[in-house]
Amino acid sequence: MKYAYFPGCSLSGTAREYDRSTRAVARALGLDLEEIPDWSCCGATSAHATDKLLSLALPARSLARADRMGLDVVAPCAACFNRLRTTVHAVRSDARVADEIREVLGEEYGARSQVYALPDVIVNRYGLDNIAPRLKKSLGGMKVACYYGCLLVRPSAITAFDDPEDPQTLDRLVRALGGEPVVWPAKTECCGASLSITRTRVVWQLAAQILTAAQKAGAEAIVVACPFCQSNLDMRQVQAQKWSGRRWNIPVYYFTQLLGVALGLSPGELGLESHFVDPLGVLRQKALV
Amino acid sequence: MRGAGAGREAERVSKAVLHLGEGTEPGFLREVEQEAGTKVSLCYQCGKCAASCPVSFVMDLEPYQVMRLVQLGARDEVLRSRTIWLCASCTACSERCPREVDVAAAMDALRVLARRAGYRPAEGQIALFHGLFLDSVRDTGRVHELGLMVRYKLKTGDLFSDLDVGLPMMRHGKLKPVPHRIRGTEQMRVLFWRVRARETAAVHQSTGAARESEAAAGGRPEKGGEGR
Repeated sequence: MKYAYFPGCSLSGTAREYDRSTRAVARALGLDLEEIPDWSCCGATSAHATDKLLSLALPARSLARADRMGLDVVAPCAACFNRLRTTVHAVRSDARVADEIREVLGEEYGARSQVYALPDVIVNRYGLDNIAPRLKKSLGGMKVACYYGCLLVRPSAITAFDDPEDPQTLDRLVRALGGEPVVWPAKTECCGASLSITRTRVVWQLAAQILTAAQKAGAEAIVVACPFCQSNLDMRQVQAQKWSGRRWNIPVYYFTQLLGVALGLSPGELGLESHFVDPLGVLRQKALV
Repeated sequence: MRGAGAGREAERVSKAVLHLGEGTEPGFLREVEQEAGTKVSLCYQCGKCAASCPVSFVMDLEPYQVMRLVQLGARDEVLRSRTIWLCASCTACSERCPREVDVAAAMDALRVLARRAGYRPAEGQIALFHGLFLDSVRDTGRVHELGLMVRYKLKTGDLFSDLDVGLPMMRHGKLKPVPHRIRGTEQMRVLFWRVRARETAAVHQSTGAARESEAAAGGRPEKGGEGR
């Protein structure tokens, strides 16, 4: 199984452990990821707030390269996935828009490659049946709140792989790894990613609501599939604790990190050293590291 | 925080309703629908968008109020609002709208139209961030997070917030000191230039409409502001 890999800007910076754990897990599963040569930024979210054509032309540049590779694309970042797939949809459904995109791009682009989210590829396409025989450790009943946020599952007409209100892809994975996904109400709430730098207090408040919901549901950990969800719930958790006077102390893992642990990979291979809320305590309790 | 603000906003909205024809522009609805690719006219103000919106608590107009004002042609009221900039694009409203109005797409369109008509963004820092983000993409092909943060902080003068998270991130190598430059920067430059040229054409096209609306409103929108 082979895909064109679109890491996106965050995965070479603030979310580098998502990139590292994705590549490590793919290697362990025998999933072939070939990075799109000279890929460029998808423009999320600033491009679509500024100019519709720009918001489609930016992803199209990388997608044109994927077309030439003859491979479907996988994007680990929920925001990149959303913008890339929106572009494929626009080009396939509107010939006039497609012409405009090609014109500003200055090259041929036919939207031949489809774009998939990483959780969709690993859980639904590669499949839990293929993962199961490769597992070396069990999460030992770890109670996990699966947090999907917004861009991974909405708008569902575009994202089209899971229920927009009660998605199950990550829940099914956690169960297969020996964990217990909790039932909780904030699964698809927004963390306010696009306001993280400009209206940080809004993000503290949203993070506080999400973390409190996870805590009330008895979650020992939160699992995510988006760099912005991770940084707003992990990095900003420390700030939101000071701001709100509440205390959660819940580690926030990329789903590839928990999967990697269960596949027997080491914390170093999964980039677990760079979290703000201690990610190793819960793993030690379950004798996973 | 909500009570007094909500009261004031209700008053603003009802004022706009009562003064129909005075400062309103019937063509505005069509303009928004065309730019957004969604039928704002279908909205019947049930409020499901406001109930779903994670950031309505800081908005000056609820999303359905914006939709209503667009229906009424209250161009100035809408393009001056904070709401259009605060929308986090989470699309909970669009997903849940019983009339299938793509509210989030309408918010995007309103940001574009506000810029095109020369309004100073009511949330200047948010617009500034978008501008600097896209500058980074245009110049190197990818967003350089550290460079973007530093430029944003220098422009806003807010130098010291987030040092508590920034420094550990540096230690973990999560903020690359030097930007990666793609090979296709020339294509990127031309792409941005072509988009801008089209946008300039759109501005010229809409100037006529803007002038009519100015005459009707008895004033002109504030010019200037940052970003593209």
